[in-house]
Amino acid sequence: MFLINCPYCGERDQSEFTAGGEAHIVRPKQPTELSDNQWAEFLFMRKNIKGVQFERWNHTHGCRKWFNMVRDTSNDKIYAVYKMGEKPPIK
Amino acid sequence: MNKNLRIANNKFIDQTTRISFKFDGKTLYGFKGDTLASALLANNIHLVGRSFKYHRPRGIMGCGSEEPNAIVQVGNDASMTEPNSRATEIELYEGLEVSSQNCWPSVNFDVGAVNNFFSPLIPAAFYYKTFMWPTNFWKLYEFFIRKSAGLGKSPTEPDKDIYDHRYLHCEVLVVGGGISGIMAAKTAAKNSLNTVLIDDKNILGGTTLFQENECFKINNSYSNDWLKKEIESLKSLKNLTIKKRTSLAAYHSYNYLLARENLTDHLDLNEKKDKIRQRLWKIRAKKVIIATGAMERPLIFNNNDRPGIILSYSVKKYIDYYGVKCGQKVSLFTNNDTAYETAISLSNSGVSVNSVVDIRDKTNSLIVKQAEKLGIKIHWKSSVVNTNGYKKINSIEIMKLSDDGTAVVEKKIKEKCDCLGISGGWTPRVHLFTQSGGKLKFRDEGNVFLPDKTELDQISIGSCNGDFELDEVIKNSINLTNKFLKVSNNDYENLEIVSSKEIDKKNIWLLPSDKPFGKTKAFLDFQNDSTANDIKLALREGFKSIEHVKRYTTTGMATDQGKLSNMHALGIIAETTGVKIGKLGTTTFRPPYTPLTFGTIVGRNVGEFFDVIRKTPMHDWHIENKAEFENVGQWKRAWYYPINNENMHEAVQRESKAARDSAGILDASTLGKIDIQGSDSSEFLNRVYTNAWSKLDIGKCRYGLMLNEDGMVYDDGVTTRLSENHYLMTTTTGGAANVLSKLEDYLQTEWPELDVYLTSVTDHYGTVSICGPNSKKILSKVIPNLDLSNKEFPHMSFKNALIDNIRCRVMRISFTGEHSYEINIQSSFAKSVWEKCFEAGKEFNITPYGTETMHLLRAEKGFIIAGQDTDGTMTPVDLQMDWIISKKKYDFIGKRSLYRSDTIREDRKQLVGLLTEDPKEILEEGAQIVAEPNKQPIEMLGHVTSSYFSPNLNKSIAIAVVKNGKKLKGQKMFVPMRNKTINVTITDTVFLDKENKRLNA
Repeated sequence: MFLINCPYCGERDQSEFTAGGEAHIVRPKQPTELSDNQWAEFLFMRKNIKGVQFERWNHTHGCRKWFNMVRDTSNDKIYAVYKMGEKPPIK
Repeated sequence: MNKNLRIANNKFIDQTTRISFKFDGKTLYGFKGDTLASALLANNIHLVGRSFKYHRPRGIMGCGSEEPNAIVQVGNDASMTEPNSRATEIELYEGLEVSSQNCWPSVNFDVGAVNNFFSPLIPAAFYYKTFMWPTNFWKLYEFFIRKSAGLGKSPTEPDKDIYDHRYLHCEVLVVGGGISGIMAAKTAAKNSLNTVLIDDKNILGGTTLFQENECFKINNSYSNDWLKKEIESLKSLKNLTIKKRTSLAAYHSYNYLLARENLTDHLDLNEKKDKIRQRLWKIRAKKVIIATGAMERPLIFNNNDRPGIILSYSVKKYIDYYGVKCGQKVSLFTNNDTAYETAISLSNSGVSVNSVVDIRDKTNSLIVKQAEKLGIKIHWKSSVVNTNGYKKINSIEIMKLSDDGTAVVEKKIKEKCDCLGISGGWTPRVHLFTQSGGKLKFRDEGNVFLPDKTELDQISIGSCNGDFELDEVIKNSINLTNKFLKVSNNDYENLEIVSSKEIDKKNIWLLPSDKPFGKTKAFLDFQNDSTANDIKLALREGFKSIEHVKRYTTTGMATDQGKLSNMHALGIIAETTGVKIGKLGTTTFRPPYTPLTFGTIVGRNVGEFFDVIRKTPMHDWHIENKAEFENVGQWKRAWYYPINNENMHEAVQRESKAARDSAGILDASTLGKIDIQGSDSSEFLNRVYTNAWSKLDIGKCRYGLMLNEDGMVYDDGVTTRLSENHYLMTTTTGGAANVLSKLEDYLQTEWPELDVYLTSVTDHYGTVSICGPNSKKILSKVIPNLDLSNKEFPHMSFKNALIDNIRCRVMRISFTGEHSYEINIQSSFAKSVWEKCFEAGKEFNITPYGTETMHLLRAEKGFIIAGQDTDGTMTPVDLQMDWIISKKKYDFIGKRSLYRSDTIREDRKQLVGLLTEDPKEILEEGAQIVAEPNKQPIEMLGHVTSSYFSPNLNKSIAIAVVKNGKKLKGQKMFVPMRNKTINVTITDTVFLDKENKRLNA
């Protein structure tokens, strides 16, 4: 049960949030021009790293805003939290 | 009570308040302050249970949470009885009733004890090996294994006790109220840090509280007297909260901890009533100081499990704290100095100490010298090779150890005794540290695992950090605490400490015997009955990893989680395999540290508080009108309204007929409603639905289908354009929350440029749906001034209206295929509008119908239910709803997926209608559909998704998904059931009113 620093509300308990999978996967602007393989790459392929991962989170039981988070999945250490559309503050 | 077993003057037990309790039906007495264990010992009762596998007599072994043997069943009430309670932790109260476990007919005469004689035939993994074959015999074996498995009895009725959950936030949490925990808590609180100190006992002080020995002094006082003053001084600290009888159960990441506080378990039976029994504290601490101390280890030798064999420091606690003699003639067996403290305490209390058997060659520490001065006999370099006495120890056999410690030599000495105190050293309680993700390191000195690396803001101090000498405990605890909290506390500067130092150390994990090893029984895990032999057998059979050996032999897998046995198991594996303990590693310590009751875990979330129950504004009306309810998500929906003992089928047939013949009324309030506003609302709908929305006129409604990005149908519903930039979307009842989340997700992450705002209004409006040929007449009575002509108010349109001056929205939309209206009105008025419609409809025999009839009516019309006729693998094309996919739109959610190689296959499962050859035969939902029922293996082509008997068509109808179904219309198929095969024909999905005459009537 970790603490998450929601970029809109501040530090809150994990139970208020929902994880939304890997971050920075942009929906293609012109899906019709993609091959089946390219579309499948967007649709299905997600990373599940043991280590530092860029993730989407939603403050479900709070402001209901989506935001991004950099988390080490092996020990739940959170390195950064930033708003949608912002560049990750670390690489 | 046996007077000879109590010493008169004792500081901790109130010997003026006598308490009666029952053990195995017999009334016994103890004093206020006793635990069940100390009271039993004072009554000279050692035998309290039988072991799990061999049913060997077992007695009290310790004095705290690590107790493996003395576990009992508390109470005999079917709702409140509790198995596997540790006698050492149960505080005695008036009315306490306990019984022994795992024995029949009684603990003194146990039939299962015959297992002990067959024990050579029941080695480790006996069950795995024996019950493997013949395979079909398992059913027979299972009956007997289930009967013999488990300890104690579960309650059979719901728990009547009240439990509670609370949050707690603090700057410093100190776990453990022993000497180091007390000093740390005082330091933190004195430095203005908001501090919480918790301890699982009813009194602070740990083992130092009853140390009282002149070899251990602080500032010229006995260590215990100094500590008592320290405890007294805590009272004046404003920033300190002390929680006694509170046991830390779990330590999670980010310093989130769970602790269980016992509130009434110690109260007399008649005082417990209506009070909260246990409370789970959910603690979030900025910093955590673990001061959980250490547990004494047993020694592993032949027959080390008899009643009367007790951990040495527990013997000391029973005499010095509870004033109870564990025996009249006590022997001690040790590999370290602490047993001498016990010997001195016993001797000072007038108990005769036969001797101390010490495996070490000779040592001259302060405490040993003191014991020798008192005339206590010591057998140096010796070992106990056997013990005697079936239900209680009566003698021990002592032999000299060889120089390398692997054998015993010389003449055997037999020594009579009625209690044997054993001490194999100390194991730091690192459980919480490892639960929190901390990594351990192994220290050869003392053979201990100690806290090493952690990611969290925490430290371990005192003996859980490997300090066992009083002076080290004090000095290191102070230094570590000050450094950790970045503070200082001048109370503890320049303390003068006298502490006997252990000079010589020696350890033998498995002590030798004069008997061949195979003939000995040296127990490691007392509760699960696994022996040193079992460990060695597992190693011989090729198990190498500690995790495998543990599971194969069940060592450490009992309710005590191997608190006493794990180190010895590791030691024996290390010795046998030649791998160092540090390399072997430990098994994982998992929460809870001690067992939690289910009541504590669920707290108040029981009964009606288990989950939210959502009721519509008309709920009371449904109850008054005898509706049966159906759970739809969290909603209670009226299912059907039986009249005069009708069953469901009869009620649904009547309701369905009435709705088509005259008028029906349905509570549709549970449908999800999302209010959509903003200048880009039309564009937004274009992107989320498959059909086009830009040209929908204001005041019109449109049905929409929503896909997932993978092209599969996700949800459906009617959306109404209320004004230029204002829509009201409806979703399925179960899908409402998910649809809103999904739409928000797209708005916030993919299309932040759109000016759209979503608000859930499901609970804000109640929805009354009236349908049937007379619905128009009824509505005109309810809203007389509304023009209901087809020209002014056609199907799929909406009007604002007033009912009794209350604004409402009326949609002419239909899920039944009948001429139908839905009135949306502010929830608080919904029931009165419902009643008004019902009243107005009486002359037309308006019939309330529930969800079951609604499902039947829509199936007659071939309307799908997302989630019943679809299952996340159906595209709109599969549903034969090609018409709803806009060809003109460049993109919408899921569009690209509709022409992936798999979704364009023509032989996918497709939605079709089914008619049975016998019109009376109703298919079962979920039944499989085949073309060739006699072919082996049989090919499943699809299954029935909805099936009803239609009273309006007077025949059975069904909706199904069938492979390549679109092209199979008119084909005969078969539905094989358990005892017959039903002949069916594939048809169109619309069974009634294909021309939509009723809708537009």
